[in-house]
Amino acid sequence: MNKPVDNRLLAEDESAHARWQREFRAGVAEAREIANVSGIPIAPLYTAADRPAGGDDALGYPGQPDYTRGIYATMHRGRTWTQRQLVGLGTPADYNERLLGILARGATAVSLIPCNSVYRGLDADSVDLELLGTCGTVVDNADHMARCLEGVDLAEVSCAMNDPSPFTLLAFMLIAAERRGIDWSRISGTSNQSDYLSHYVANHMFYRLALPGARRVLMDHIAWCRAHVPRWNPMSVVGQHMQQAGATPAEAMAFTLSSAVQNAEDCIARGMDPDQFLPRFTFFFDVSLSFFEEIAKFRAGRRIWARLARERLGARDEKSWRFKFHAQTSGVDLTRQQPLNNVARVTAQAMAGIFGGLQSLHTDAYDEVYATPSEAGARIAIATQNILREEAHLTDVIDPLGGSYYVEALTDAMEEKILAIMKTVDDAGGMYKAVEAGLVQRMIGASAMRFQQRVESGEQVVVGVNKYRADDDAERPPVERPDRERMQRHRDDFVRAQAERSPTAVAKALDELSRAAESDDRNVFAAVVDGARAGLSNEEICTRLRRDFGDGRPLVIV
Amino acid sequence: MNDDSPERDFRPRVLVTKIGLDGHDRGSRIVAAACRDAGMEVIYTPPWQSIPAVVKLALEEDVDVVGISSLATDHLIVPKLMSALREAGLGDVRVIVGGIVPDQEEKALIESGVREVFHPGSTMEQITTRIRAYAGEARRARGEAERQT
Repeated sequence: MNKPVDNRLLAEDESAHARWQREFRAGVAEAREIANVSGIPIAPLYTAADRPAGGDDALGYPGQPDYTRGIYATMHRGRTWTQRQLVGLGTPADYNERLLGILARGATAVSLIPCNSVYRGLDADSVDLELLGTCGTVVDNADHMARCLEGVDLAEVSCAMNDPSPFTLLAFMLIAAERRGIDWSRISGTSNQSDYLSHYVANHMFYRLALPGARRVLMDHIAWCRAHVPRWNPMSVVGQHMQQAGATPAEAMAFTLSSAVQNAEDCIARGMDPDQFLPRFTFFFDVSLSFFEEIAKFRAGRRIWARLARERLGARDEKSWRFKFHAQTSGVDLTRQQPLNNVARVTAQAMAGIFGGLQSLHTDAYDEVYATPSEAGARIAIATQNILREEAHLTDVIDPLGGSYYVEALTDAMEEKILAIMKTVDDAGGMYKAVEAGLVQRMIGASAMRFQQRVESGEQVVVGVNKYRADDDAERPPVERPDRERMQRHRDDFVRAQAERSPTAVAKALDELSRAAESDDRNVFAAVVDGARAGLSNEEICTRLRRDFGDGRPLVIV
Repeated sequence: MNDDSPERDFRPRVLVTKIGLDGHDRGSRIVAAACRDAGMEVIYTPPWQSIPAVVKLALEEDVDVVGISSLATDHLIVPKLMSALREAGLGDVRVIVGGIVPDQEEKALIESGVREVFHPGSTMEQITTRIRAYAGEARRARGEAERQT
């Protein structure tokens, strides 16, 4: 039986709303239209009227599909999040020292950022000495990796490698573990940056195989890791690059989900069962200062993925539906002016990620906008996480903003926007084709330009840049650069070790790589691991595969 | 360097590029588009250019200004680019750098001959106005050099 409607209360509500409207209009001099970065209009107030009928029931519970409120029943009340600070600098010995330091101070996982030379597929002796180790660690072979991870319990600590195709860093790490007698079944972590599509459209930060080769190597990597390193996440689908390159939050989420669908469908086309690989798909996002927009982005993305995995990809295991993500606070939002203000920015960004239900977090150091983070900057970034997690009581309640009229309405609106962008990609033939045609690159470029215009017009305030400027910018501490002499010695040692290898063994390992590349029945990543064991360097592996698969070129779109 | 100069209406020729190892191109793309919209001739390249490649392009395209975008320490080899340009007889070409450059290294860049370093927060109007001025300077210097030979 329907509950009788209390007309008296309803009438009172209506008049309350009308009164608020009247008073609001009178109180604001000019009715200013506000839209978020993704272009969604934002009202001054949200009420029960913005909730769909029966809306709150549809939200469900944490750990239950469609996971709007989180992918686990316990969420941060159970296990908070992995504190994963990106580290990469100098020689392997320099890196090891920094890594052991941050582990001692509370970081719970390892990440390794290689030098840009490694991304480009070049060994230390092919690069200007000035550039070595300034943005990441110079890791050119398995010996270097073993030195990087000395004293780290590889069977216990999860390791994320920023390791684009053909995944030489993972190969080096597996060989380092093998030498210590650690079974690969105990190794856990993630191939960050394995999403070649995001590299192709956004930051070009990798040694580029032509698109078809990159696609093949990724499939081989996923298949091989599932068979040999069961706790490893071979697929990290990346929205972070695209948002840093200028994509709006809705675009970044849409392109990421479209990439995930592309990669999953490629795996299925190869004969893999979605429930065999989807539980090992992870996502990596940027979290910007548009606080509520970011929270809504994550909540919407989470439930879209649950439906895609189930309905479009045919996964039956709930583990396949769960949208596990790592977030990094947005470096683009940080300012060189009044740099200590960045601590406040990073705090707000991190909170948005936490309320969005993240599984793993990197907080930027305040000085990242003008240098690779200093030791002092990295300490504050870690402390920020510790404060948010253990002092501020942010983790007491699961999905604390769930049911907020605004957050729920915005989640719905972001979902709609994301689905519309995904449709554009689907209409272009899917993410691979949309990237090949330059469609995604053009959309990101246009959004980057729009954001720049928002800042230059003052519509988007940036404190210390277009408002509240100060002549007496806080002094920026001098940056720390790797010691050139130590780097020179590292390079000399590497060159000597290269020369001491057996040329026939090197030639044989390289030929094995080519044989794998030439035959669809063989696995290229298996040959990369064998090559790492035989002492091949990153450049040797990359150069050979580039010869076999062709050399990808960035599409230049201004 | 003043806006009343007779060259005010000329079309500066600008090469926007990235040298070294990094590929982040949001900044270079936006600056290239802003220069184009400001009526300049823009020569734009993909990232990862070698120093000889930039010198060759600057020569062939007869550019007034070379803009180097550096987000990940590639500015550390800009002094090498400055020497290479001088050796190629392109000492009149004005070079600017934009991106992430720490204060202490900015000084070294200016000493090597870079005219200006633009940091995050610079507006497109500031950047294009300065480029136009540097292009005018480059043309006058070249005219001067030609008169003397």
